[in-house]
Amino acid sequence: MADGNNDIEQQIRDALDVPCLKPGAMEGLKPFVAAPEHQEKLGFPGELVPDWKEKALAKMKDLAEKNRAFQVYLDACVKCGACTDKCHYFLGTGDPKNMPVARQDLLRSVYRRYFTFAGKYFPWLVGARDLTEEVLEEWYSYYHQCSECRRCSVFCPYGIDTAEITMAAREILDHIGVGQKYSNEIIGKVKSVGNNLGLNPKALRATLEDLEEDIEDDTGISVRIPLDEKGADILLVTPSADFFAEPHIDGLIGYAKVFHETGASWTLSSYASEAANFGLFIGSYENMREIALRIRKAAEDLGVKRIIFGECGHAWRVAYSFLNTLAGPFDFLDQNYPIPQHILEYTWDAIQKGQLKLDKSRNDHLTLTYHDSCNVARASRMGDMPGGQFEIPRNVIKAVCNNFYEMDRDTIRESTLCCGGGGGLLTDDLMDLRIKGASPRMKALQQVTEDHGVTHMAAICAICKTQFSKVMPKYGYDMDSIVSVHQLVSNAIILTGQETEEDEQNEEEAA
Amino acid sequence: MLSVIYALSFYAATLMLVVGVGLKVWKYARTPAPLKIPTTPAPTTTAGVVMRMFREVVFFESLFKSNKWIWLFGWMFHMSLWLVLVRHLRYFIDPVWFWVAFAQPYGTYAGFTMVLGLLGLWARRILVERVRYITNPSDHLILALLVLIGASGLLMRFVYRVDIVSVKLYMLDLLRLRIGELPSDPILQVHLWSALALMVIFPISKLLHVPGVFFSPTRNQVDNPREKRHLAPWAAQLEK
Ligand code: HEM
Ligand code: SF4
Ligand code: SF4
Repeated sequence: MADGNNDIEQQIRDALDVPCLKPGAMEGLKPFVAAPEHQEKLGFPGELVPDWKEKALAKMKDLAEKNRAFQVYLDACVKCGACTDKCHYFLGTGDPKNMPVARQDLLRSVYRRYFTFAGKYFPWLVGARDLTEEVLEEWYSYYHQCSECRRCSVFCPYGIDTAEITMAAREILDHIGVGQKYSNEIIGKVKSVGNNLGLNPKALRATLEDLEEDIEDDTGISVRIPLDEKGADILLVTPSADFFAEPHIDGLIGYAKVFHETGASWTLSSYASEAANFGLFIGSYENMREIALRIRKAAEDLGVKRIIFGECGHAWRVAYSFLNTLAGPFDFLDQNYPIPQHILEYTWDAIQKGQLKLDKSRNDHLTLTYHDSCNVARASRMGDMPGGQFEIPRNVIKAVCNNFYEMDRDTIRESTLCCGGGGGLLTDDLMDLRIKGASPRMKALQQVTEDHGVTHMAAICAICKTQFSKVMPKYGYDMDSIVSVHQLVSNAIILTGQETEEDEQNEEEAA
Repeated sequence: MLSVIYALSFYAATLMLVVGVGLKVWKYARTPAPLKIPTTPAPTTTAGVVMRMFREVVFFESLFKSNKWIWLFGWMFHMSLWLVLVRHLRYFIDPVWFWVAFAQPYGTYAGFTMVLGLLGLWARRILVERVRYITNPSDHLILALLVLIGASGLLMRFVYRVDIVSVKLYMLDLLRLRIGELPSDPILQVHLWSALALMVIFPISKLLHVPGVFFSPTRNQVDNPREKRHLAPWAAQLEK
């Protein structure tokens, strides 16, 4: 087997080619451990507690009683092997412990040992093992090599969702004092400042004002990006990356232009200036709830009638699937609109009503494909019909672009491949894993570049966008080859009163 | 003597199967699913969920999407198993219901496809590196047990015929809590004892996938979180 060979010929093989097993390939890879202060902010012990074994087992039992998915999935797996080649981290690394069922088994083996008849009396028969420090190390390593993307769940005959097991494992680890720095530090920031970046209201306001100026310089039209405006109709909650990172920021400009053209009264909130909810990643209902409640409070304080979410994958999962559960009921909002609504639902609606003046040719310098983000694709919906989460973004892209091609059908829609950076893995200490985990997606992209000359890939997730802008250069693309869907909308929109190049030409001719 | 031991074991095994699976089902049913986690696209109505579950259970829809070989062998094994089970009903009822009688000829051949399917699955377990890696001894043993049941059954049907009328009388008696006389042919004994073993391990092994599949939240939840608030009892406590 050729590996470690960067030959392009080698790389443009089938995106889903199954590697030979390379046991131990990713062994020992560990993200930084959270410092005591970060742990304690979240209500977890600061460091490994002395009676960690009892605590871990007690937490496992607790989860089995509180979460049916965890209980049923630990029991039901028949080891059929259908999921073994479905994880992008396995495809990218060949490490057998990155096969979804093997990842589950790291925890299932312990569950069996302490909580099942077979495992108590015949451990060798059913692969049960004691909970030891080595097992703990292994959990920490491999449960931070899962992006909780749920691709495996689609293909399992019982829908066993490894993400649920990963979240449970991280929850157990947090409860004995072993948290992951990246996720837990960020959750702490949201709780104290309101967003993942720790951007305070003053800095946020300044950033937004700069952006307004940029838009005006660009278009000659004054487009507002309001912050904390009481009495606005719509609260927009968007990932904080939209305020400063590329290409996210171009997406934010796109939302602002759409709101401007539809005459909407809208606002951002500095208190809930974050759509992301990393409580999901660490499987902590309590932390997820606390973050979600900030959005409710912002909506109440500002007196809005609607809540709309910007482009972010897991945030949309938490919003669409969980917000009503965590922070509902939202009877104080206008019930004539979906609660919450996705910005793409809003924009597609506006396009259908003919509220936007669009010039597709303004995106002619791009040849696009679309990357379905895993949490949007497999854990949420848009619109009224199942699968709207696939159609609506594509409808919008096709309404604003002329050149669009799909990637291999086994790598899109519900079978989409994770970007490699989701689920709390978007940190530099896991860069090696992120690059390898992105390889199946990158191969599928290289294929459409070969076949159709695709130059850019659009996405609607802040994590996907950051991840791709970092790893695409490793696969022969520029870092700006990843674009926001609303960036494309922004390019194509002609604002009311905006002078286009044609207008200018006409004027010149007239003069 | 053997007739009595088997009879008592039969009652014990039946009890373990029913109580064991009953307890598990009770536990699954009582454990809340705190969040809406259907794998989307998912049906937006209960009727849709029933259809989704039907397709999973009858056609193994997800498995079909996933891996054609596992699907082929697995589906062949399971569908044959159902036919064989239906066929076996005639040993426990008298007079035989018409649909059981109808299934008789198919049930016979299903014995072959069942064993074939099992051998196919077993071959994958041994030959495919990835599946071998995730296999525990118990996975081989369950396959061995099922092959043993199937093969001994086929042997009785086609090679070493047994006095099936006495077997049926014995079974009918068992159901009326009477102990009759069981023929002692070795193959019959192997067949009947291994069937008891299967009943006993059912509630303590991966055979729990049978009740499990119906309780899987990713497959049995309706996709309507925006329309209808979903709240687990323990989560409601947090709101107090
Ligand atoms: C609701 C009914 C059932 C459903 C939906 C179901 C579904 C499945 C599926 C999808 C698989 C994975 C594919 C495969 O390996 O065949 C499987 C495996 C298996 N099933 Fe079932 N099953 C059912 C009932 C049963 C029953 C009654 C038995 C036996 C007593 C059984 C025994 C097995 C065994 C032993 C395997 C593992 C095969 C292997 O080792 O590869 N199943 N089942
Ligand atoms: S597909 Fe499902 S049942 Fe099969 S091995 Fe994977 S997790 Fe287990
Ligand atoms: S959830 Fe995604 S990352 Fe995790 S094991 Fe499944 S396929 Fe792999």
